[in-house]
Amino acid sequence: MLSQDLTTISPEIILSLFAMGALLLAVYTVKDKAASLLVWITSGLFVALAFWIATMGEGTTTAFSSMFVDDAFSRFAKVAILLAAAAVLVMSQDYMVKRDLLRFEYPILIMLSVVGMMMMVSAGDLMLLYMGLELQSLALYVVASLRRDSVKSTEAGLKYFVLGALSSGLLLYGASLTYGFAGTTSFAGIIKATDGGVSLGLLFGLVFMTTGFAFKVSAAPFHMWTPDVYEGSPTPVTAFLATAPKIAAMVLFARVMHDAFGKSVADWQQIVAFLSVLSMFVGGIAAIGQTDIKRLMAYSSIAHMGFALMGLAAGTAFGVQAMLIYLAIYVVMNIGTFAFILSMEKDGMPVTNIASLNMYSKREPLKALAMLVLLFSLAGVPPMLGFFGKFYVLRAAYEAGLGWLAVAGVVASVIGAFYYLRVVFFMYFGSEQDIQLDRNGSPILWGFLVASATVMIVGVVNLFGIEPLAEAASLALVN
Amino acid sequence: MIGLEHYLIVAAALFVIGIFGLFLNRKNVIILLMSIELMLLAVNINFVAFSSYLGDLAGQIFTLFVLTVAAAEAAIGLAILVCFFRNRGTIDVEDVNVMKG
Repeated sequence: MLSQDLTTISPEIILSLFAMGALLLAVYTVKDKAASLLVWITSGLFVALAFWIATMGEGTTTAFSSMFVDDAFSRFAKVAILLAAAAVLVMSQDYMVKRDLLRFEYPILIMLSVVGMMMMVSAGDLMLLYMGLELQSLALYVVASLRRDSVKSTEAGLKYFVLGALSSGLLLYGASLTYGFAGTTSFAGIIKATDGGVSLGLLFGLVFMTTGFAFKVSAAPFHMWTPDVYEGSPTPVTAFLATAPKIAAMVLFARVMHDAFGKSVADWQQIVAFLSVLSMFVGGIAAIGQTDIKRLMAYSSIAHMGFALMGLAAGTAFGVQAMLIYLAIYVVMNIGTFAFILSMEKDGMPVTNIASLNMYSKREPLKALAMLVLLFSLAGVPPMLGFFGKFYVLRAAYEAGLGWLAVAGVVASVIGAFYYLRVVFFMYFGSEQDIQLDRNGSPILWGFLVASATVMIVGVVNLFGIEPLAEAASLALVN
Repeated sequence: MIGLEHYLIVAAALFVIGIFGLFLNRKNVIILLMSIELMLLAVNINFVAFSSYLGDLAGQIFTLFVLTVAAAEAAIGLAILVCFFRNRGTIDVEDVNVMKG
C-alpha cells in the first residue's frame, strides 16, 4: 500500500530530495561557484520529469487515502509547469550572471516552489492544498526579494509577503469553515456533503476560499500586489512569476471548484464570472497608462487571468478544456515576451522603459518582428495563436449560457489590444531619440524569442496537438 | 455551557481584528506580521473547535500543519523585513512606497 503511494508521488519525491541534496552539497562545498551548473542540471531535471510524467502516467491513481490525485488533469498541469520553469531557468542564467545575482539558492528555491505547485495541482484534500500552496508561496516570497541590496526588490518581496500571507489566511479560514460544515477535509467527502445543496456555512467557506484563490491568480479586485511585485522583482523572477505559478493557481482553482464543489456550479459560477469580467477590464484599462514594460506585463497578466477564469466560469468540461488551452498558449507567449524583456539593456544595464523601444525595428528588424508577432498574439489578433485561446474561452462561455460574459470579453480584448499595439507603434513608428538599446545577442534569449514567435504562427495548424490532451484532462476533472 | 458557536465567534472576532490590523495599521510593519499571525491562530481555534465538535481528528492534524507553516512564514517575513530595513533604514508602513501601485 505504502510503496504504491510512494510510487505515485515519486516525481515530487525525486525533486524534493534533489533540492535538499543540492542545498546541502552547495552549502558545505562550492557555494555560488556551482550556481550556473546547478541551473542547467535543474532545468534538465525539470524537462526529464516532464517527459516522464507525460509518457508514463495513465488513468487516475490516488495516493495516501485520496489525499493526492494523479489524473490526466494534474499531469497536463505538471508538464506545463515543469517545462515553463525549465525555460525560465535557462533564460535567467545569462542575465543573473551579468548582474552578479546568481546564487545557488535560486535554482533550489525554484525547485522547491515547483514541488509546491505539483502538490497543489494534485491536491485531493484541503490539507495537501494548503501545504502545497504555502511551499510554493514561501519560496516565491524569497526569490522576489532576491536582489538583497535593492530597495525595489526587497519592497516587492515585502509587499508580496504581506498580501500573500493575507490571502493564505483568507483561504485557510474558508478551509476551516468548509471542514467544519462538511465534516471532512477531503474533496470527495465535501462533494458528498453538498448533495442536497450547499449549506450557509459551506457557502461562506466557498467564498473565502475563492477570495484566496483570486489573490493567488491575481484576479481583480485582488490584483493590487501584482504590478508592484512584477516591477520590483528581478526580471527573471518576474518571468517565473508570470508563468508557472499562474498555471498552478488556476489549475488548483479549477480543481477545488469542480472536485469539491462540482455539484453546486450555480453557487460559484457568478463569483467566478464577476472576477473574470473585472479582471479583463481592470487589466485592459489600467495597462494603458504604463511606461514600464514589466508593469505593463503585470496588467496584461491580470487581463489574461480574466480570460482564463472565463473558461472556468462556464462550469463545463469544455470550459476547463478551454482554460487549459488558454493557459498553455499564455505561458508560451509570456516566455517569448520575457525573453525579449530580459534582452533589453543599455550599456549593459537592464532597461524596462517602453520609450526605449523607439524605432527598435530599424536596429534589430528580426527581433522586432518576433516581438510584433508575440504582441499581436497577446492582443488576440486573428492569425496568431493567442486568438484561438480567446476563441476557445469565449465559445465555452457562450455555450454555457453566459453570452453577456462572452460579449464583455470581446469588448475587453479590443480595449486590451490598444496597449499592445502601442508598444508595436513605438517599435515601428516611434520617434528617433537618444535612448538606444544595446545590440546584444544572447543566443539563448534570441532562440526563445524566435521559437515562441514561431509557435504563435505555426501552432495555428493544429495547436501542436494539445487540444485532445486538454480534452482528456478536462474530462478527468469534470464528470 | 460553552458550545461550538462561542468558539466560532471568538475565532471570527480574532480573524476580523487581524484583517483590520493589516489594513488600518499605518505605523509599523512588525504589526503587520502580528496581524497575520493573529489571523492564522484564529483559524486554528476554528479547526480545533470543529474537530472536537465533530469528533474527527483531521482538524487537529491540520492545526499542527498550520502552526508549522505559520512559524516558517514569520521567519521568512522577518528575514525580508531585515533586508528591507538595511536598504531603507525604516520599517514604517508609509515608507513602503518606492513603487506606487
